Amino acid sequence: MSAIEHPLPFASWESRGFWEGAGRGELVLQRCQTCGLVQHRPRGVCAHCLDGSTLVHFAASGLGKIYSFTVTEQNQAKGFAEACPYVMAYVDLDEGPRMLTVVVDCDPDNVAIGAQVTVDYVSQTRDDAEMFAIPVFRLS
Amino acid sequence: MTKNAFPRGAAIAGVYEHPSRFSPNKTEFQIMAESAKGALDDAGLQRTDVDGLFGASMSMGMMGIVDLAEYLDLYPDYLDGTNIGGSSFVAHVTHAAAAVNAGLCQVALVLYGSTAASNSMAIGTGGTGGSRNPDAAFSAPYGMTTVGSYATYANLHMATYGTTSEQLAEIAVTMRQHAGLNPLAKMRNPITVDDVLQSRMISRPLHLLDCCIISDGGGAVVVTSLERARDLAKPPVQLLGCGEAVQHQGVGYSDILTIAAKQSGARAFEMAGVKHSDIDLAMIYDSFTITVLATLENLGFCPSGEGGNFVSNGGISLGGTLPVNPDGGGLSSNHPGMRGIFLVIEAVKQLRQECDARQVPNAELALAHGTGGTIGDKHSGATLILGVDR
Repeated sequence: MSAIEHPLPFASWESRGFWEGAGRGELVLQRCQTCGLVQHRPRGVCAHCLDGSTLVHFAASGLGKIYSFTVTEQNQAKGFAEACPYVMAYVDLDEGPRMLTVVVDCDPDNVAIGAQVTVDYVSQTRDDAEMFAIPVFRLS
Repeated sequence: MTKNAFPRGAAIAGVYEHPSRFSPNKTEFQIMAESAKGALDDAGLQRTDVDGLFGASMSMGMMGIVDLAEYLDLYPDYLDGTNIGGSSFVAHVTHAAAAVNAGLCQVALVLYGSTAASNSMAIGTGGTGGSRNPDAAFSAPYGMTTVGSYATYANLHMATYGTTSEQLAEIAVTMRQHAGLNPLAKMRNPITVDDVLQSRMISRPLHLLDCCIISDGGGAVVVTSLERARDLAKPPVQLLGCGEAVQHQGVGYSDILTIAAKQSGARAFEMAGVKHSDIDLAMIYDSFTITVLATLENLGFCPSGEGGNFVSNGGISLGGTLPVNPDGGGLSSNHPGMRGIFLVIEAVKQLRQECDARQVPNAELALAHGTGGTIGDKHSGATLILGVDR
């Protein structure tokens, strides 16, 4: 068992706020200042207003609790095969929306639905030697 | 009676399940063409009668339906290459009925073919890799797999309702029992609840035997007007109700225990004007054991949280409260990646009383529900209620 080698996320201009935030050590969400919706995954518009003119990015607390999870014991994809078993989880963020993530550095038997978790960042090096960061979670 | 009489007047006139489970020497389109011949022969129709072409597969992309028309040298008046995952073919039957009822085509052919097994595809555990799709950028880095997504559903269901691995295993055991009665089924040796629980863990709480098999295969369905079907070779099977729906993460707030079947099923039942207790058998997409439990609850065959009891003690066996997948399903008969077409084919054969040892006695009303994509994440659902002609 070794650490996950996260595949490089492909950031579009719609999602770059999230990925650039991760590089700064911030968990970035979007809020629509017209209707108040906090949405994840990021979009170029507020999904409810269909308008992006009042959409702002903000740094979330990085706190949340596990909505559900699985201990993955088999995944043939590169970067994950050697990392099994790993904990893939949906985390309900304190700001509202849910995000898919992994819970790292834990005994899988200690992970439970409802457990409090805190964001952390894993740095990976791209083929072109640029660093990028992936938000992951740890049990609080 | 019926609030919406849309599907009345359309019928399934012919079906064919490709017998192959491993076809390393065939292509997808070849399997579709052989299936087309089978279904047209079944209906007593010719290739040249087809004026509506519907189809999907795991490799058909943009223009795929046009490629298929070329392969079959067909020049249809109506084309539909809708691909919403494994439920596509259930939805195609609805779309075909709508097209027939609107007079846009008279004989609609729905096709599927796959060589998933001979291509050694890792459907459930292949992960999503480093996709360039911006949306996948939020799942690929986290090691999402198909089975992993269903496993998050199963874990949440267990935590919420106390559902057990033993109860899920009962579903796999029942499907294997049914497969033993189906000469075409790939996996026919009986298994026990312990066999399921002791099989390798893939993604907790789902074991290897909680997962569908991977096979090659394909099939075809012919949809036409009830009037025309009455003059053809086999007794028509009527469309009585239908529904389609999606469920997804939304903007991050969805209740993942509520799946698309809730919406599509309610619509199909309302349209058909029948009760759950009227249904003689259900064909439920069984990508995983949990898929069956989730679908039965969301279709309303039992209350939420009661699925574990419903599937236990032979509840979904032949002779049980609601026989599910008498063919052995994707868990034991065949699963070439997009199983929806077999749900329709088996339902039709059952309603025509053609199923020998696995026949549900005097079946008059069947429900088929396909799921496409992944429960726990984003998916589609399509429901059909089918009945004998009377």
